[in-house]
Amino acid sequence: MKLVIAIIKPFKLDEVREALTDIGVAGMTVTEVKGFGRQKGQTEIYRGAEYSTNMVPKIKIEVVCASDVAPRVVEAVQASANTGAIGDGKIFVLDVGQAVRIRTGETDQTAL
Amino acid sequence: MKQLITIGAGVAGAALLSHPALAAPAAPVVATVDKGDTAWMMTSTILVLMMILPGLALFYGGLARTKNMLSVMTQIGAVAALAMLIWVMYGYTLAFGPDASDGLKPFISGFGKAFLAGITPASQAATFTKGVEIPEYVFVSFQMTFAAITVALVLGSVIERIKFSAVMLFAAVWLTIVYFPVAHMVWAAGGLFFEMGALDFAGGTVVHINAGVSALVAAVLLGKRLGFPAERMAPHSLTLTMVGTGLLWVGWFGFNAGSALEANGSAALAMINTFVATASAGLFWMLAEKVSGHKGSALGFCSGIIAGLVAVTPAAGNSGPFGAIVLGAVAAIICFVAVTIIKPRLGYDDSLDAFGIHGVGGIVGALGTAIVYAPALGGPGPEDYAIGAKLIVQLAAVGTTIVWAAIGTTIAFYIARAVTGGRVSKDVEMEGLDLGEHGERAYNY
Repeated sequence: MKLVIAIIKPFKLDEVREALTDIGVAGMTVTEVKGFGRQKGQTEIYRGAEYSTNMVPKIKIEVVCASDVAPRVVEAVQASANTGAIGDGKIFVLDVGQAVRIRTGETDQTAL
Repeated sequence: MKQLITIGAGVAGAALLSHPALAAPAAPVVATVDKGDTAWMMTSTILVLMMILPGLALFYGGLARTKNMLSVMTQIGAVAALAMLIWVMYGYTLAFGPDASDGLKPFISGFGKAFLAGITPASQAATFTKGVEIPEYVFVSFQMTFAAITVALVLGSVIERIKFSAVMLFAAVWLTIVYFPVAHMVWAAGGLFFEMGALDFAGGTVVHINAGVSALVAAVLLGKRLGFPAERMAPHSLTLTMVGTGLLWVGWFGFNAGSALEANGSAALAMINTFVATASAGLFWMLAEKVSGHKGSALGFCSGIIAGLVAVTPAAGNSGPFGAIVLGAVAAIICFVAVTIIKPRLGYDDSLDAFGIHGVGGIVGALGTAIVYAPALGGPGPEDYAIGAKLIVQLAAVGTTIVWAAIGTTIAFYIARAVTGGRVSKDVEMEGLDLGEHGERAYNY
């Protein structure tokens, strides 16, 4: 099993969710986060006073899936969250040791 | 028996010129109170109250940081309430009471109406039309709201670091030695600027220059906020600032059109000017932002609206609508330069630009009024009106007010600091004044 973590632009969430649903992903966890990458934040100007906010609002999506599905999940996120502009985000893929559905006690793939 | 009261309720120099008889003690004619005028003045009075709470409280509060929102609103509400009580105790009599001795008369009235002595529901106050009066209690209340908002305006430069106790003591002393005398000088028969023929329809000098200059002096004496200017001190809610701006604009019709003291054509002129000068200033501030390479911003729009309202205050009934549009545009551009270029260069911490917008906009308005008053430019001035001569009068009134406000604020500030300490401790300033000074949070999530 793999854990796919994607940091994306907030307004892209709906498109990414649709793309993932289309390839059969049954669930995901979404968190509002802040951070920065090469984009180095944004500049805001209030009455002439410039403030560089080095933390930009982003959305973090976490999806656990079967190992063979992971490449398609990555591909779907990459395609649907892409705007071509700086700050589109990143995707990380990690190994997952175990999964348990709390209600039934099912484990691993069947628990997803 | 109808009591005839002549208090020289001269709120506009314009009226002085068009009704010279008012300058002299009113002749004992039987003056009547019109219900329409009275209703309008009561409405205006309440509109000005709306400018303070919630208008100014939200406007200033939104510009502060989250941790200080409540302290800003509390300070504004509390000084306004204090000003109301002081006003009825001795403020009204000092500004509009019976004549003082000849030496004092240009600066202050006598104590004859302390605690509103002698005023009854039958008492009347003069307007600008001979024979037309309003109940004196209405005039007392209307002027009371001006005192309340002016002292609240000053706080815009010192918030986020001043003790609540210092605010209250400062307000009491400042009203006594700065506001009441300046209000008397501008609006009361016998007052220094009134006799000079200075034009100030609704308080450009009394309210805005007075408050703006005092704000600058207080900010410099109090010192900068911790972390200024390096730390991020962005407004915590421009949404609330926009709401406050809207309430201020609506309330300002009471401020400006109410200063006609009657529901008449002069009030109508003030009304349309308060619309168009403000609209012009809001857009021109955004234009200035665009021209200087930024984006037209919501805060820029709100700032322009306030700058326009400030600038049109002395000109409200003293300008034609198109003069007012130009005045609003010029004020917006000059205030924009003051707060975005001059303030950062000089480095003083006028937290919410009380000086940059009220002081600077007030000065632009007061001087500009001398120009837009000219009939050749669509103003309501007399045919033989001379711009140059009036400009000198306006300059003298502005200059005197600046000096008076600066000295008075210094005295009031040192008294407040000696008694209360002035600034909050570093810990309180870091944690925020909401918890540190009032034990509450503005937002409980």
